[in-house]
Amino acid sequence: MSSNGYTPSAETLIEIYRRAALLKANDERVRKVITSGKIAMVYYSYRGQEVIPSAFAACLRDDDALCTIYRGIHDMLAKGFPLKPLWAELAGRTTGSCKGKGGPMHLTFPEKGIMVTTGIVGSSAPIANGLAWAARLDGSDRVAVATFGDGASNIGAVHEAMNLASVWKLPVIFVCQNNLYAEHTAYKKLTGGETIASRAAGYGMAGVRVDGNDVDAMYAASAEAVARARSGEGPTLIEAMTFRFHGHNFGDPGEYIPKEELERAIVADPVPRLRQRLLDDGLMREDQVAAMEAEIEDAITEAVEYAIASPWPVPDDLRFDVFAEELAR
Amino acid sequence: MSATARPTVTILAALQKALADACEADEKVIVLGEDLADPEGGGIVGVTRGLSSRFGDERIRSTPIAEQAIIGAAIGASLGGYKPVAEIMLMNFTTVAMDMIVNHAAKLRFMSGGQTHVPLVIRTMTGLGFGSGGQHCDYLESWFAHVAGIKVVAASTPEDAYGLMRSAIDDPDPVLFIENLPTYFVPAAHALPDSAHRVPLGKAAVQREGSDITIVAYARMANEARAAAAQLADAGVSAEVIDLRTIAPWDRETVLASVRKTGRLLVVHEAVRQHGIGAEIAAVVSEELFGELKMPVRRLGGVYAPVPYSKPLENAFAPNAQRIFETVIQSVN
Repeated sequence: MSSNGYTPSAETLIEIYRRAALLKANDERVRKVITSGKIAMVYYSYRGQEVIPSAFAACLRDDDALCTIYRGIHDMLAKGFPLKPLWAELAGRTTGSCKGKGGPMHLTFPEKGIMVTTGIVGSSAPIANGLAWAARLDGSDRVAVATFGDGASNIGAVHEAMNLASVWKLPVIFVCQNNLYAEHTAYKKLTGGETIASRAAGYGMAGVRVDGNDVDAMYAASAEAVARARSGEGPTLIEAMTFRFHGHNFGDPGEYIPKEELERAIVADPVPRLRQRLLDDGLMREDQVAAMEAEIEDAITEAVEYAIASPWPVPDDLRFDVFAEELAR
Repeated sequence: MSATARPTVTILAALQKALADACEADEKVIVLGEDLADPEGGGIVGVTRGLSSRFGDERIRSTPIAEQAIIGAAIGASLGGYKPVAEIMLMNFTTVAMDMIVNHAAKLRFMSGGQTHVPLVIRTMTGLGFGSGGQHCDYLESWFAHVAGIKVVAASTPEDAYGLMRSAIDDPDPVLFIENLPTYFVPAAHALPDSAHRVPLGKAAVQREGSDITIVAYARMANEARAAAAQLADAGVSAEVIDLRTIAPWDRETVLASVRKTGRLLVVHEAVRQHGIGAEIAAVVSEELFGELKMPVRRLGGVYAPVPYSKPLENAFAPNAQRIFETVIQSVN
């Protein structure tokens, strides 16, 4: 039971696990596909952080907006980004959600509220404010979520955004996924103050630090923040503690992470932990979980094959989508 | 009204009406920026005066002094279906919001493969003559013109200010709308434009016809070019004056047609000459019309120095009607 009274139902827990399993499987497949040479891409692994978006997305609707970052495919998949247009975009094909023009760092899927993916640290936050403002102008109870990492907590845009969200009392939730490394540098070396969450107080906003790998804590914090935003009570900063199992980007061996620290984190891997929880609580049987995971693997395989079989864009495509009107040849 | 009556309508009044008419016509038009709601004075020059009282303080909002937050909120609201007009008080302050403008507003349509777009107008002001020095009156239009995905607009007359602003707000893509401080207050039209008046983006205006030389300019320099052309006529030189109005993407057809006729081109802007808008225009005209040119393309622009404070230095910084006149006389002879 969480301290704030928000607890996930059995059905919600199963759904959170389904998402977490999808996220983990998709990350493992991306790294495998890159290694195989079938698709070349820039990739920022989120392995180890899966429970955070799986839990917060369980509190969101399709029409709630998400602004995420280059390490954000877990956020998007949790929010419902379909696998085929996702993989086709990773592969740079015309069937990609962005017709191959955006790529892994700019994935977009408005139907599921996935409005912006930015490659610029911290830039998700100011834009989420505007989506929240638009929701309120519409008279809707939609909310907007900005996700970013601990590194972004030190960039000006995030601070400007938190202050504006507070003074305008916007229905926005800032989810800082603190994986303890900003690119290659340890969080403690770069960040003043004990916690990122405590910075919220400086802006007159609710702020909470939770164990993002603990499904109950993450769900409770998300549900409370979303309820606060929907009821017009303003923004929340959630600092979700987690760990990144891999280097900053694919190809970075992450040698700056002490071995013992990494091993401890991997032993505490939140995805198998949640799986075990479902089994222990009797919410699912082993064969049911295994069937769910097999289904996920099959769907990913189908998406990868679809992506690789899809056509490449042609140079003439560059004349389109710069502006609404096409550019002259 | 008699033809000889003095004009009474300023660019400031035209912009005030354009914003009010746009808010009236479409409730999706929203306005944000520093000090621009009425309790804060309705903007430092008053362009937005009256809007918050008339349309409410949820739609018309004063913001913190936080340019990234301003443009970010405007981009987000665009993605949420609104048509924001965001004010960045002075053009130098766009530098603080470059990530939002260049990496996001300009690129989201392309990077999303057309799934999203940013129908945002960024109003910003600059201008010499007030001793504001190096950080309050720069001309940075060529930076933005170099970025695919954002349009750059500047007006030299009240009619164009109105028509371009309405078109910029109607446009489905981001537009940087540059306002020129000294031109705000000059009475230059006889009546406020009708609410149906529009000036299409991407179309230059031939403001004065001529046969000996084409002068291409925009914003305050278009006014200086017209004044120079009047002097030149007295000296027996027939100058055609083109106001670009949309700096990017610019109207190649109108400029090329004019230079094809005159065989001579002078481009004038206040922005620093090196790597300026004039360089692009000169290059295209040289590429397209090399064999038809009667002289090399000439350019007048700001001196390659930060904008200075002291009056004699400030006066020396940018071109004016006299320098345009002298450059043309020297060129055609």
